Amino acid sequence: MQLTNRSKVVSKKEMTFVERMYLPAIFSGMMITFSHFFRKKPTIKYPEQTREFSGVFRGQHVLKRDENGAERCTACGLCAVACPAEAITMTAAERQPGEENLYREEKYAAKYEINMLRCIFCGDCEEACPKEAIFLTDRKVDTMYNRGALVFGKDILVESKENPIDLSKRQTPAVKEFKKDKHYQHNQTHDLNTRTEMSDKNPRPVQKKKL
Amino acid sequence: MTLTALLIYKGILVLAVFAITLLVATYSTYAERKIAAFLQDRIGPDRAGPFGILQPLADAVKMFMKEEMIPSVSNKTLFILGPSIAMLTACLTGVVIPWGSSLTINGTVYPLQITDLNIGILYLFGVISLGVYGIMIGGWSSNNKYSLLGGIRASSQMISYEVAMGLAIIALVMTTGTLSMKEIAAQQHGWHWNAFIQPLGCLIFIICAFAETNRAPFDLPECETELVGGYHTEYSSMKLGFFLFAEYINMFISSAVISTFYFGGYNMPFIGRFVHDPNVLAILGVVFLFMKISFFIFFFMWVRWTLPRFRYDQLMRLGWQILIPLSILNIVITGFVMYFNGSLN
Repeated sequence: MQLTNRSKVVSKKEMTFVERMYLPAIFSGMMITFSHFFRKKPTIKYPEQTREFSGVFRGQHVLKRDENGAERCTACGLCAVACPAEAITMTAAERQPGEENLYREEKYAAKYEINMLRCIFCGDCEEACPKEAIFLTDRKVDTMYNRGALVFGKDILVESKENPIDLSKRQTPAVKEFKKDKHYQHNQTHDLNTRTEMSDKNPRPVQKKKL
Repeated sequence: MTLTALLIYKGILVLAVFAITLLVATYSTYAERKIAAFLQDRIGPDRAGPFGILQPLADAVKMFMKEEMIPSVSNKTLFILGPSIAMLTACLTGVVIPWGSSLTINGTVYPLQITDLNIGILYLFGVISLGVYGIMIGGWSSNNKYSLLGGIRASSQMISYEVAMGLAIIALVMTTGTLSMKEIAAQQHGWHWNAFIQPLGCLIFIICAFAETNRAPFDLPECETELVGGYHTEYSSMKLGFFLFAEYINMFISSAVISTFYFGGYNMPFIGRFVHDPNVLAILGVVFLFMKISFFIFFFMWVRWTLPRFRYDQLMRLGWQILIPLSILNIVITGFVMYFNGSLN
């Protein structure tokens, strides 16, 4: 099967005198390099210019808060199970009375760590999450001077109440449509970006179960 | 000119040539990186100053600041002597090159050449041949097999190509009838460039110049893929810098020699019709010479970033079996043409 017309049949014939002189070949080779001299350079001067990212770029994770500012994560561990790189670890804890405004449900992640050196940014954690808690964002992971600093804990991962992370670029209509087909039907009951619905109005199937 | 005035003038000229040589060599490193980048669709150094123009300065600071290491098993004296000789011989060659004709100020003639030796070509060859000692001594005294191999390659390569180079020059000397660089340059006024009289000799000379300066495709002495760093594997800090710098000085001097021998030196065709003041003409001549030199330095780099390196046996075959017979043929043809031309009488 021929895919392109660029393939050439290699022949090991004896070189002619002109070919053995090499000078014409050298000259043509130099013309080729010289033609590159004036070509437009594809270089992106990085710190000043950045390459344009796709809208669905998968970068640093965020642990979302709900409408009231409570952490959505319930430390169910599905993200850790889904993670092919085994980058996620967590410790669960029980919510104490009076902490309702801090944690959305009775169980929460006391410790939640993602090793950014292990993470392959596949987005499986995001897909596995039944609570719409973890998302990959369009932020790049900073470089660090040591390995330990790249194990991100909750202090980095959980979004701040004041400036929540915008996920609208990643939550395209196609993604939302896809999520409707997910096993967890609760996913379609609320819109994460517009934050129109309160979760109390739409009790979700998972919430009904005993955790 | 009194002796004092002469000494002062020559001193200034020597300093000027030395300074210009170093400056050109410094910026050759920048040019090399830029040209390499452009030929490969890259941008090259552009961080230090506008367009990276201060990059050589940064490189120099880096070279001076690096830790200096002398291997304990090396011969310390020779280890230091190696780069010194390489640098010294590289700087010595600029003496006989006519950078321009001569300036006449208040009736005193100031030639723009440090000294017009009547055997200028021989002097040049002698000094260039000494240059191999720097590399050889450096490679041998390092007490490292890669350095030694690099040094051996350098010496055998330079000896091989010096023969062809000398034979190419003999044909040139036959047509010009002089060994003085000044006269060779002066003879090529207008379009009487030796490149048109001696095309084959010119080609051989340029190829040999590439080999003599250890530039690609003849850079076997420092062949990274086989010999780590070649003769300068064990060198660090500014001693390494001297080796690399000497290469660029050699390149500059080679370009100057090629321009002077074959491409009219400081002469430029048709310029005599527009400019009549001999002093202005002399200064313009210097400019023209440097334009030619710049072109050849560019040419050196252009070739380096186009052609792959020779294999060692190919190098030797080209030197001994092709270039030397060709240069002898060139001498014979030149002799025949001169005989039938009647220019022998």
